[in-house]
Amino acid sequence: MARTKTIKVDYLARVEGEGALYIRYDDGGVHDVKLKIFEPPRFFEGFLRGRDYLEAPDITARICGICPVAYQMSSLHAIEDALGLAPTPELRALRRLIYCGEWIESHSLHIYMLHAPDFLGYESAVAMAKDHPQIVQDGLAIKKAGNALVSLLGGREIHPINVRVGGFYRVPVRAELEPLRQQLLRARDLAVEGVRWAASLSFPKFERAAADQYEFVALSHPNEYPMNEGRIVSTRGLDIPVQAYDAHFREEHIEYSNALHSTLVERGAYFVGPMARYNLNYDSLSPLVQETAEDVGFPPFCANPFKSIVVRSLEVLYAFDEALRIIDNYQQPQQAYLETKPRESHGCAATEAPRGLLYHSYGIDDKGKITDARIVAPTSQNQKTIEDDLRHMLPQYLHLPEDRLQAQCEQAIRNYDPCISCSTHFLQLHLEHAGGNSGGNDG
Amino acid sequence: MQEPTKPRLAVWKFASCDGCQLSLLDCEDELLQLADTIDIAYFMEASSRQVAGPYDLSLVEGSITTTEDALRIREVRAQSRALVTIGACATAGGIQALRNFADVEEFTAVVYAHPQYIATLATSTPISAHVPVDFELQGCPINKRQLLEVISAFLHRRPPQVPPHSVCVECKIRGNVCVWVAHGTPCMGPVTHAGCGAICPTYNRGCYSCYGPKENPNTESLCHWWREELGAERVTIIENLRNFNAAAPAFERESRRQASTGNQEQADGQD
Repeated sequence: MARTKTIKVDYLARVEGEGALYIRYDDGGVHDVKLKIFEPPRFFEGFLRGRDYLEAPDITARICGICPVAYQMSSLHAIEDALGLAPTPELRALRRLIYCGEWIESHSLHIYMLHAPDFLGYESAVAMAKDHPQIVQDGLAIKKAGNALVSLLGGREIHPINVRVGGFYRVPVRAELEPLRQQLLRARDLAVEGVRWAASLSFPKFERAAADQYEFVALSHPNEYPMNEGRIVSTRGLDIPVQAYDAHFREEHIEYSNALHSTLVERGAYFVGPMARYNLNYDSLSPLVQETAEDVGFPPFCANPFKSIVVRSLEVLYAFDEALRIIDNYQQPQQAYLETKPRESHGCAATEAPRGLLYHSYGIDDKGKITDARIVAPTSQNQKTIEDDLRHMLPQYLHLPEDRLQAQCEQAIRNYDPCISCSTHFLQLHLEHAGGNSGGNDG
Repeated sequence: MQEPTKPRLAVWKFASCDGCQLSLLDCEDELLQLADTIDIAYFMEASSRQVAGPYDLSLVEGSITTTEDALRIREVRAQSRALVTIGACATAGGIQALRNFADVEEFTAVVYAHPQYIATLATSTPISAHVPVDFELQGCPINKRQLLEVISAFLHRRPPQVPPHSVCVECKIRGNVCVWVAHGTPCMGPVTHAGCGAICPTYNRGCYSCYGPKENPNTESLCHWWREELGAERVTIIENLRNFNAAAPAFERESRRQASTGNQEQADGQD
């Protein structure tokens, strides 16, 4: 008789927020995989009702301290969609610039501080720094440059205060950007080295079978690598305007999780984030990024999520390259922001948060008060895919000792850089080896 | 010979956005040095190593919103020689304390299709409502320089140098033109705790008090002047009192007063 075992991780380390893993399996296969999000719910959509439309960027930023700019960008664009307002090209460029800063901050936090220790066998970046000081120091310098960029444009690195519906409260004068430019130039060189280092790691072999291929979903824009706008496209032919989001995506409330699970109508789980963006938009990356990828032998399409650390590193490089391009072409906007006037309306927008597609929609009344708000965070969209990965991956690792098996599972979850604070709306990890440590005999 | 024991630091998370604990990882220039000086014994966001207590200093992020967390904070306190709250959630309940002013069951239904799956308390409360707290570092998010100062102070058993004066003082130090006086922009600066460096006025906007009340704020007077001098609508005043520090006593008291006065005026047909 097969003994059922469980793998339980009550509190996942090196992810943002509170999640747990529960897996129940035996020699016959994997019976249950639950990525549980136990981070307490904070009800943002509830208390946004009745608030002023100008407050939405400041309030939604507080959903996540790691990617506040993403929340600010999605909320701004959704409200501007409602008001029929289009930011000028100069303002649009500045928004792209601050978003570059957040991609750098958030990706470098994940690459060097949260994910790298998995590959090199350490409990933390601090422990890793004893044996690999250079890579940790470079990672910190890269991250610092991202923080400097967000701080200059946003006022501070966490919960920036300077973005506004219609534009910014204050726009920088050219001279302010020059010292930053120097720092970004130096950090871009480090980012090239970062790609080389990431590509040199050894990766668990993991490819989904033909029948279980991922459906990657990301924004796509005709002229640029997607950040603030574009159509929603997928590797299985989805190609819709953001306004059609609701007709194609569904959120389900699952009993064990405080994060809602998103699925594509009639197709199920999908995959958002850096790998989806990269696979769907490789051609829009800058020459430097494509050359660096070729140089390290990294293909334009990759479906092994363990290699997401390389993709993130390439996106960090892109963000530096793009930020420098924007700074070099900077024209100070004549007005910091476009005047806005509320009207009864409804709008939505999706932008590319560091972790993937971030959808917001708002209703506004004629006084500018929010009548309804909906926010779909990247981690809730990836939740089902993460669980499916564990299900597909586990059978080939069942020979491993339990502690190695658990570490492998945790690494697989970190492939997605899950941001649990974001998805709570709500995450927790338990692995159950049927009949094992939980004493269950249901296998 | 064995190394002398380093002081032990623990970082705890309750209901929050992770931004305040991220401030520690944002100390790029100091992080590795800090880790040489102290033992980061428990910090789940940064390390899978979990050293059991007791701890010399616990930094607590987040507010209490579930019965489990109300018990967990007691365990944290019991294991900590000193306990310092970091940020508006831990110090004043955070933005999620807006539920304290509304019907939490209604909020749950708005966000979740099956409210019966969600176990949450009707209120979001600061850590000090549950256990004694040795120091509260305000801010949404906290200032990382102040965080380093607080860590250093507690490990050396001296009082932290965190000035409790208003944002106005920081504005003057920066040499900003007052956005209120010069542009008539409503600003929460006069009642707001310093620490951010007066960034909002520096970026041409009024302070929205993400650092919460300063020491002894005259909130009622500020709101009076917002209305009388700046012509701010009552709803705008309430919105500014009820954001990231809505349950801080000085702001909660005034926002409730404003709300009831507003209701009264409406009933009297004066407004």
